[in-house]
Amino acid sequence: MKRSKKIEESFFKVLMVIATYSILAVLALIMYSIFAKGIKAMSWEVLTTVPSGGYYYGKGGGILNAILGSLSLAFGATLLAFLIGLPVALYINVFLVRYKNAVRMIRFILDLVWGIPSIVYGAFGFSMMILLGIQTSLLAGTITVTLFILPIMIRSMDEILRTVPIGLSEAAYSLGSNKSELAFKIFTRQTISGIITAILLSFGRGIGDAASVLFTAGYTDNLPNSLMEPVATLPLSIFFQLSSPVPAVQDRAYASALVLTLIILLVSLFSRGLGKRYHKTKINF
Amino acid sequence: MMLDMEMNKIHIENLNVFAGRQQILKDININIPKNKITVILGPSGCGKTTLLKCMNRLTDLYPELKVTGKVLINDKNVLDPHADIVTLRQYMGLLMQRPYPLPMTIYNNIAYGLKLRGVKSRRDLHKQVMHYLQLANLWDEVRHRLREPASRLSIGQQQRLCLARGLAVNPEIILADEPTSALDPISSQYIETKFTELKNDYTIVLVTHVLRQARRIADYVVFMYLGEVIEQGTVEEVFGNPKMEKTKQYLGGTFN
Amino acid sequence: MYLLNRIQRHRVNYTWMIVSLVLVASLPFLLFLGLYLKSFLLIHDYHLGDLLFSKEWKPGSGKFGFYPFIVGSIWVTLIAMLISGPICILTAIYVTQYTKKRFLRIMHPAIDILAGIPSVVYGLWGILVIVPFISDFVGPLFGVKTLGYSILAAGLVLSIMIIPFILNILIEIFRTIPIELKEASLSLGATQWETIKHVLFKKALPGIIAAFGFGLARAFGETMAVLMVVGNVVNLPKSVFDPGYTLPALIANNYGEMLSIPKYDSALMFAALILLAVSLFFNLVMHFFIDRYNKLAA
Repeated sequence: MKRSKKIEESFFKVLMVIATYSILAVLALIMYSIFAKGIKAMSWEVLTTVPSGGYYYGKGGGILNAILGSLSLAFGATLLAFLIGLPVALYINVFLVRYKNAVRMIRFILDLVWGIPSIVYGAFGFSMMILLGIQTSLLAGTITVTLFILPIMIRSMDEILRTVPIGLSEAAYSLGSNKSELAFKIFTRQTISGIITAILLSFGRGIGDAASVLFTAGYTDNLPNSLMEPVATLPLSIFFQLSSPVPAVQDRAYASALVLTLIILLVSLFSRGLGKRYHKTKINF
Repeated sequence: MMLDMEMNKIHIENLNVFAGRQQILKDININIPKNKITVILGPSGCGKTTLLKCMNRLTDLYPELKVTGKVLINDKNVLDPHADIVTLRQYMGLLMQRPYPLPMTIYNNIAYGLKLRGVKSRRDLHKQVMHYLQLANLWDEVRHRLREPASRLSIGQQQRLCLARGLAVNPEIILADEPTSALDPISSQYIETKFTELKNDYTIVLVTHVLRQARRIADYVVFMYLGEVIEQGTVEEVFGNPKMEKTKQYLGGTFN
Repeated sequence: MYLLNRIQRHRVNYTWMIVSLVLVASLPFLLFLGLYLKSFLLIHDYHLGDLLFSKEWKPGSGKFGFYPFIVGSIWVTLIAMLISGPICILTAIYVTQYTKKRFLRIMHPAIDILAGIPSVVYGLWGILVIVPFISDFVGPLFGVKTLGYSILAAGLVLSIMIIPFILNILIEIFRTIPIELKEASLSLGATQWETIKHVLFKKALPGIIAAFGFGLARAFGETMAVLMVVGNVVNLPKSVFDPGYTLPALIANNYGEMLSIPKYDSALMFAALILLAVSLFFNLVMHFFIDRYNKLAA
């Protein structure tokens, strides 16, 4: 009986070790594939030029259109989501803090919205465009991605703002602050690095998503120069170029994937560094 | 030492506990007498709880703790890495600061330990569950709700359930870590009374910082301060005629 | 100094907050309403049961049977859950119960990176690694001829994608179980494994179910990676080596031509509506579940 207990534990322990290390191994394998394929296909030309004539048959050009397109779209969407998200997160934590049920309800709705697949946002964005008579464009793409990252932005900020001690509010009130001053001046300053982390997280989500921009942002070989024109994005450049039968075009898909992965790794590295500092030092004001 | 060695249940020799560079317990030597209530007394943060956890080696759960020395129970060193700690732990029932009922029914909370002890037949299980619930004076309150989750009981009932659960593994020792600190006065009094009854069959080690509780039920007292044993002896010795200055101060309420 | 005085600024800020809040809070309803109105044309003309359970998908002749896509989505999701579920539980237990805290410091960034990799990149990796792996290795192993683009490929890629999502929740759940519960069980003479099996697992069970529910909802709506490896053939797959089609892939694949065929756009919006409903339903149920669990735990 004792023996069988031991065997059972050892058996499951082996399974656990296998499970854990297989996750790490898969991550390593994915990274290896992306980097190995991507670096081979990478060149200065790929990074700094837009597709030229015959690009899709394997001739010259690069993915600058997609890089700049993705960056501008993700920046725009993150900015918009921040402008809408910050006040909501502050409102929940400063104005509604005493109405526990209302807060719970709002968080609940936000979690629901967070769970909605991005393709649904894409479809919704598309139907709105038809309703309003807008073509696929940077603007339409940006708005759709904004909606998609909004719940991520708000909930991440919310989690940080929740940690502000009540004593800080009491101190501010006793000094004569009103609620919006407390919210925009004191809460934001106290949690600044957490807010930046939320912004970075949303940016990473926004730049990586393809399904929401598929219908709404369109695709073009040109650089974006107005809000009303279509814009290329990295995820879609991967998707489209990969389905080409021409190996040279497929290679550029790998290069695009490497660029996109690097951007996301950088963003996540940056937010991790911030997160650590956030725990170590308190912000003085 | 006033009590002779035959009468001692637990010997603790040169016990030291470190957490990183900090020393939590310093060279502890205690003999805990059999069939008595030994109260480990001292202000909070003096290492009482850690001392208790050394006795059944729950310190294993805290990888940051480094434990050296000996804790002998029935001449077996609990701290020996090769000791059969799983069996040794069954010599001791544990009662914690707050009741932590296992996430199962009231019945299974008791049956869990019985099954670990090897009780198999349903009839035996049933009989013994009833017996230990009666022993903890809980039977009458829960006899019709044995299949309910234990979390639905009141805190006082939960603590009695935990007592019954601890007794069900048929221990020789009861380790209790401020078991009344989360309870209402009536439940607390109940636990104290129960302890004085149980000491005929069990050796009881009770950790507390409540002086009055120690006075009420202690036979033997160990006074600790900042990780050291300042003074130990029978209740008459320590409370009636304390030798150390720190003990006098604590008893006099000069510090807490 | 300032353009506005304190009171005016307060009013501006307050309005800004309220307008944003209303916008955000109405988002799920707006999404639902928008998609419903767009798919109304289809729902109005067809029987809902026919749409969901008819096998025929011929938009050109006005036949819209979503059954193959629904079945495909369910297959892919279930495979993903079957693979990632046990792996996540085992890993969560291992890193919270058996390893030093330092190990979590390696694990957390790894999980974050896995979670951050975009869907298309997973798809690309699936084409590079998983698809050939299935056509050259797994298929022959079972004596099946397969191109690799299959339900199984999609399930495998998807399982990796939802691992970080589920694992994060599970680690949090196992970490927040009070250590005293472990102490209680160990002090009764249970081994560590018995404690994990009978006490910790039971304590975590509602949380595990909720985590799986959230993961399932996420997998069901995943688009790009699945689209890239699932094969996109409208049929009822007979085995996991057959190609299939999923609801999100249907929407994403046909956005270009949807305006040329009558009711086609309506049909795609209906597919989106199904996805929305499934996502909302699962998240709703799981939230109630978690809420109850939290109340019981308190």
